[in-house]
Amino acid sequence: MKSLGIVAPHSMHFKAPLQLQSGAALADYTLMYETYGTLNADRSNAVLICHALNASHHVAGAYVDEKTGKKQFGWWDNMVGPGKPVDTDRFFVIGVNNLGSCFGSTGPMHINPATGKPYGADFPVVTVEDWVHAQARLADALGIEQFAAVMGGSLGGMQALSWSMLYPQRLRHCVVIASTPKLSAQNIAFNDVARQAILSDPDFHGGHFYEYGVVPKNGLRVARMVGHITYLSDDDMAEKFGRDLRNGAYQFGFGVDFEIESYLRYQGDKFSEYFDANTYLLITKALDYFDPAKEFGGDLAAALSNTQAQFLLASFSTDWRFSPERSREIVQALIANRRRVTYAEIDAPHGHDAFLLEDPRYMNVVRAYYDRIAREFGPAVCRTSAGGAEEHREGVTA
Amino acid sequence: MNFHELSRVRADLAFIAHWVRPESQVLDVGCGDGVMLDFLQAEKRCRGYGIEIDDDRIPACIERGVAVIQQDIETGLAMFSDNAFDMVLCLSALQMVKNVEGILQDIARVGREAIVSFPNFAYWPHRVALMRGRMPVSKSLPYQWYDTPNLRCATIKDFAELADEVGLEVLDCIALQDGKPVSFLPNWRGSLAVFRLRKKAAA
Repeated sequence: MKSLGIVAPHSMHFKAPLQLQSGAALADYTLMYETYGTLNADRSNAVLICHALNASHHVAGAYVDEKTGKKQFGWWDNMVGPGKPVDTDRFFVIGVNNLGSCFGSTGPMHINPATGKPYGADFPVVTVEDWVHAQARLADALGIEQFAAVMGGSLGGMQALSWSMLYPQRLRHCVVIASTPKLSAQNIAFNDVARQAILSDPDFHGGHFYEYGVVPKNGLRVARMVGHITYLSDDDMAEKFGRDLRNGAYQFGFGVDFEIESYLRYQGDKFSEYFDANTYLLITKALDYFDPAKEFGGDLAAALSNTQAQFLLASFSTDWRFSPERSREIVQALIANRRRVTYAEIDAPHGHDAFLLEDPRYMNVVRAYYDRIAREFGPAVCRTSAGGAEEHREGVTA
Repeated sequence: MNFHELSRVRADLAFIAHWVRPESQVLDVGCGDGVMLDFLQAEKRCRGYGIEIDDDRIPACIERGVAVIQQDIETGLAMFSDNAFDMVLCLSALQMVKNVEGILQDIARVGREAIVSFPNFAYWPHRVALMRGRMPVSKSLPYQWYDTPNLRCATIKDFAELADEVGLEVLDCIALQDGKPVSFLPNWRGSLAVFRLRKKAAA
């Protein structure tokens, strides 16, 4: 299957302050984003992809490492691209990096204009709703009044859902994969263990570790290990690792005995090389705080009553982080509002991570749904290049 | 999907569609690839949902623009509130469920009216097969006894009794053969039993 080829990110600076849910504000900020495909003449084929915990605006296509020549593909390259379920021959797809992230959008590593030093722990706590408001400004700047769809998995799905409530007229379809209307006590508990690992790392320095020239790698590593356990299913772990031993026999020590230990440590090490500790704290808090039904006395149907979009939800049977039950709560609340909602519950063995993998049943559902969306704006328009579209295409070469 | 297309692909559905009033809120329990809802949406301005468990049929529903909820019909009805629908369809699906009584109760709970169809076990070729000492295998029951998904075998007379017990009044009962109603000896000559039901007024 074709890929988008080499892609490059863009950045956009926003001078107007952004009021945050916490009461704090960001005086100004920058968002990193990527676009794929061409915006059609009536600007009706735009799709916004929202990212989950450790991902970014680099959704599809590849970056090439200048030194090694190695390609780094986008995190949803199997989903987005020419001829793929979200077909960039028909849709104009935007990936955006959220505030507080460590991939270029304004975050804790950037300079706090108030102090002249990196924000570090002083970066304001941002919520899913704050992200959505920031994304809406990017849409304004790109001239997109209404998205054909806003889509995301996991935490990205929360953003898509939030879009449908905060900007009901600005999306025709809302695609929410492996997500939840709120975190359970167990979900929050896992997040807090991860945060405690970071907060208690002596190299964390209260979040101002940049000034000390160190990184709380051990904390990040443990945080990632804990998180990673929740992304996989018990069956999947048993299948991949079982009780396999690294060196064929017990070592009678506290090094690596089992393959699963080796795998988790490797994932933790890799993650601690590129991810920012403050970002991890911020994003897990955004997850914990998401609960749109809260201000409606816990009534999710009431929270969704002003939505106008059509919905696609999908969940995976072995996902115990955000189980099918959580998706069904959203579906049921949408049905109570008589919204057009389609729901696929896919019997897949890969746990929460399934939303990033290529189960054909899952891919077929998303493909069929986007085929249907594409029919709304017809086949003729989407090949037409828009007047203002060229500027967004720079850096995107097929 | 227009009437002609529906008649061609599923003559039984084309007949049943006459009983659905325009602009109804419809729930199709076991909606398959969504042809019935597609037709009702396109030609009768109905709205609603389909429930279907089969992975292979979900994309077809989506492509037709049918709002399909992928659930087992034995549990999926719980997602819908009381009296949410003008019409609940359960067409050629009931024979595959374990808890028939439970589903019928749920159908009566969520809908005002219902149409239920199932293969008529008393269809004459089935009777002949049994008289010869063999389980019937026919166009309407196309499986061997050991691989059939059809857990429940019922006749037109049997079903009427159960409908009454779960609080559904029988408005019409038709036997179809090749999509056409059979008026003479329907419990013998019709391979598909179709019931039009209405929730009884609360006692």
